Amino acid sequence: MNEEAGASGPPARAGLADDERRLGWLMLGPALLYIGGFVGVPFVLAVLLSFSDATVGDPHIHRLVGLVNYRRAIAQPQFWTALGNSLWITFLTLLALAVLATALSELLARPFRLKRLVQTLIILPWAMPVSLAAVAWLWLLDSTFSPLDWLFRRIHLLGPGGWFGPGLHFYYLGRTGLAIASIVTVNVWRMLPLATLIVLAGRMSIPRELFDQAQIDGAGFFRVLLRISIPALMPVLTVALLFAALMVFGDMATVALLTRGGPGTATQVLPYWAFLQGINGGDLSGGAAVALFMLPVLAGVAIAALRLAYRSQQS
Amino acid sequence: MAILEVRGIKKHFGRIRAVDGVDFRTRDGELFAVLGLSGSGKSTLMRLVAGLEQPTEGDILLDGKSVVGIPPRHRNVAMVFQSYALYPHMTVRDNITFPLRARKVPREKWAEKLDWVTAMLGIGPLLDRRPTRLSGGEKQKVALARALVRDPELFIFDEPLSALDALVRNTARAELRELQRRTGITTLYVTHDQLEALGLGDRVAVMRGGRVHQIDTPADLHARPADTFVARFIGNPPMNLIERDAQVLGIRPEHLLPAAAAHVADPGLRLQLRISHLEFLGEHWVAYGFDESGQSKERIVARLSQERGEFGALVGQVADFVAERRNIKIFDKQSGRLVGQV
Repeated sequence: MNEEAGASGPPARAGLADDERRLGWLMLGPALLYIGGFVGVPFVLAVLLSFSDATVGDPHIHRLVGLVNYRRAIAQPQFWTALGNSLWITFLTLLALAVLATALSELLARPFRLKRLVQTLIILPWAMPVSLAAVAWLWLLDSTFSPLDWLFRRIHLLGPGGWFGPGLHFYYLGRTGLAIASIVTVNVWRMLPLATLIVLAGRMSIPRELFDQAQIDGAGFFRVLLRISIPALMPVLTVALLFAALMVFGDMATVALLTRGGPGTATQVLPYWAFLQGINGGDLSGGAAVALFMLPVLAGVAIAALRLAYRSQQS
Repeated sequence: MAILEVRGIKKHFGRIRAVDGVDFRTRDGELFAVLGLSGSGKSTLMRLVAGLEQPTEGDILLDGKSVVGIPPRHRNVAMVFQSYALYPHMTVRDNITFPLRARKVPREKWAEKLDWVTAMLGIGPLLDRRPTRLSGGEKQKVALARALVRDPELFIFDEPLSALDALVRNTARAELRELQRRTGITTLYVTHDQLEALGLGDRVAVMRGGRVHQIDTPADLHARPADTFVARFIGNPPMNLIERDAQVLGIRPEHLLPAAAAHVADPGLRLQLRISHLEFLGEHWVAYGFDESGQSKERIVARLSQERGEFGALVGQVADFVAERRNIKIFDKQSGRLVGQV
């Protein structure tokens, strides 16, 4: 080290890489531009739109009309259905994610045959193109050609004399309860890889001696899980769930692809309702107002997630 | 109280023979130390006894009954890990009562047991703290309390002192020995530190490469190493091994005396050493040198007590050393085994 520093030659000038302030801004720059351009501007625009009387036909903000659009939004019964569904679907998705991600990380933390294969399969939904996934799910949940129906008929759970009644089809997307369940299932399927990865990372960071010690102290599988694993996983699990909450609550793709909010408005969710009103319905300002109702929830969850992530990094 | 017996135990991980045929039998209430460097198989041996690993071959008996196949939670074996493995999200109190809870000891008995161990280890004031708020020494005491609270038949200690500061370690070592004496629980003590093994163990098993080289009391281990490995491993500085024809002579540094000053009644070996350097260690000097006759290439160490004069002038010089005949061990050059004395 010393020899290098003392080597003769022309004295080196401080380059750009030595100026930490300028270097910092330079490296942050692209990200800031991106966030400003694709998040900041649309956000400000949305707020302005929600206070205006703009439509798709005339998308200029001529005058501000105050809270009219917000009042209009909450006066519609569909808004309340969509809000309720958004919360309910998000809650069910998180619940299922918490259980499945913990179970999978428990499984993947142990050595077993074909572990690589199982790992790959778990990651797969993440790597799958959305269009392909949508086709697959629409087929699985199809009212007439669903292979799931066929399977249930083959094992005599569906059809005449079956457990689930004499009908030959479930009509997954045509009945309120099943449609919600289908949306939750697809959400879980999409989110599980990320959640599992995060939880697994947390699980692997628990020292093995803690589990050995618990076994020696006399704890069985469930006591180890409930008293050792889960308390230690709590911070990462919370972070994983909060991030999933952000993505599920603000997501309209699943509903748009599977049910379009139907039957009727039974599976309507806030983001898709905002889209229908603002873009398809032409009521740009009304749609913006609906969308902005999601802001308090999303902002709250995002702040909580970032705080937790930051805190777990510190300790 | 129990007797631990290990019979022909083997543990192979694929092609790695972590433990490759180990036999020993502790006495009741004994502190049995297992001494070995990392990779010697001592940790695997300990995990086998605890039930955390299943042996490839062989048997483990606790009080005459085989425990192979019995999961750790049904063995009454307590363990203290090197890291103490305290449960981080529980208070000290919950940590200590965890084994009682897990082993379904009726709740009415907890208070009595808790009082007993906290008094014995003097950790009463710590009960409501979390492990992150404890010093190394306190953590060790809590880990000991948790191991003790359920009246185990056998203790397993995995280098419980190595995470402590040097100053705390001496106190902790004495306390550990005192605790083991008082409770009389048979203890398997695994360590790489010969000071700990020799200082604490009633008997010590020296392990290398998955096998036991020697099991003996610390004094016998020091006085009569079974082979050249143990001779080189035990003692600080270790025994000198000097090749002479088909034999290897073993002489402890403290038994290699300067011929000029020593009164050796029955000299078994005379050596001319060219002294390369000297170290002053407070109570004595240590001289390092090489056999001037060239028969042995290894560096030879002699411990010189201070009153035998100033040795500073010796560096670079050749000096005569002698050793009493009864202090010289003879090892077979081929096998390394101890074959006798001169």
